Amino acid sequence: MIDAPGFLIRLRRGALALAAVSAALFAPARADSPIIAGASDLQFALAEVAAAFKRETGQDVTLSMGSSGNFARQIRQGAPFQMFLSADERYVLDLARDGFTRDEGTLYAVGRIAVIARHGSPLRPDGSLDSLAAALAAGGISRFAIANPEHAPYGKRAEEALRHRGLWEAVRAKLVLGENVSQAAQFATSANTQGGIVAYSLALSPQLVARGTYALIPEEWHSPLRQRMVLLKNAGPVAERFFAYVKEPASRAILRRFGFVPPVDAN
Amino acid sequence: MDWTALWLSLRLAGLTVVVLLPVGIALGRWLAYRDFPGKGLVEALIALPLVLPPTVFGYYLLVAFGAASPVGQFWQAAFGKPLVFTFDGLLLASIIFNLPFAVQPMQRGFEAIPPEVREAAACCGMSPWRSLLRVDLPLAWPGILTAMVLSFAHTLGEFGIVLMVGGSIPGETRTVAIAIYDRVQAFDNAAAAEMSTLLLAISLAAIALTFAFSRRIGRKLG
Repeated sequence: MIDAPGFLIRLRRGALALAAVSAALFAPARADSPIIAGASDLQFALAEVAAAFKRETGQDVTLSMGSSGNFARQIRQGAPFQMFLSADERYVLDLARDGFTRDEGTLYAVGRIAVIARHGSPLRPDGSLDSLAAALAAGGISRFAIANPEHAPYGKRAEEALRHRGLWEAVRAKLVLGENVSQAAQFATSANTQGGIVAYSLALSPQLVARGTYALIPEEWHSPLRQRMVLLKNAGPVAERFFAYVKEPASRAILRRFGFVPPVDAN
Repeated sequence: MDWTALWLSLRLAGLTVVVLLPVGIALGRWLAYRDFPGKGLVEALIALPLVLPPTVFGYYLLVAFGAASPVGQFWQAAFGKPLVFTFDGLLLASIIFNLPFAVQPMQRGFEAIPPEVREAAACCGMSPWRSLLRVDLPLAWPGILTAMVLSFAHTLGEFGIVLMVGGSIPGETRTVAIAIYDRVQAFDNAAAAEMSTLLLAISLAAIALTFAFSRRIGRKLG
């Protein structure tokens, strides 16, 4: 039989330890830098902008990357982001109309899409998608990756471009859908697919250049990816400063290097 | 290595265990000793998260806790922040989802106590509270410990629900499991591998510790 008094002493000691642990756990480990929600096509470019921002101002921002549609939904549910960079301005304008943002924000770039394939894939990317058409006809494509068109702007543009080229029906059964365009790029350059259509900005990143080849798709084949950023209702001074910094020439230069076209009109 | 995410996961798992400990003891003991109509239904409800797809569970939580729901609105009014996409919401989801992992081993632990022992305690004039502390808890201890470790390890690994009701907000809802997913999407396989290895080690250590500990207690009891 277990000795009860000994157990009680240990129980008391355990309860004390538990209380101490829970007190420590309840103290939040919240980062005090503002959280910025960025569309996945900015995965690498925005990290560089944030690093430049830190060098210049000494201030940190915390980046959260994902699909624009998901972020818009989270912002409606009260997610604590202070700034939102969307790959499609529709999400920002809808949020603005419903009073979740400070104003309608600013256009910061226009995005492009590109077809990519990893080194060694039977698909040789070309902008006219002729090689994709030929490979599909020859049965050389078993899987092709794009972002989910339902909530990822780059997925929607990929669908539009494939429809424009008359390949949508042929490719449809072969599609694997990334939850966002960054995951689509990861799928497209894995050995499990023969290629995919992703953001040009990701195709230009060192991580992807090392893995495969790409070709730019004509911008007339899809509706423009007008990318808009906005400050949300709870934005603090650091987020405001970062918002202004993204519009500065230094940031524009980084964005241009990742294939983003500067917006023609200022707003 | 994303230390913020790791700490967040440890906090979430730790707090889930802290909350589930009294809840599990109360529920487990009640189910072990009492027979009542509808007991099967109660047990089924508690076991439901074992078989329910996490996304289904996450969807219902999103609807039930969302900004438009009565619960979400009450929480917003009472605490000035939303429930969904916050740490509190994640904790609440985690507590509900871990109920079977906490309750079932504890219930088995209490069921294993011979009725004569508890009857003897009652005959000797022990109050229910004294009996709980002096008889039930010492004897059901292995079950309780197993429940705590299982809930802890299971919370560390939970992914689907966190993705649905948490989003991936650094320092708030980005757990280490989500951080691994994010790192893979960012082509950062090195960081993903580091965090995965650490998670694997923690899970293995937790389980090994329970086995070792319950064996030791088993020997003492025997």
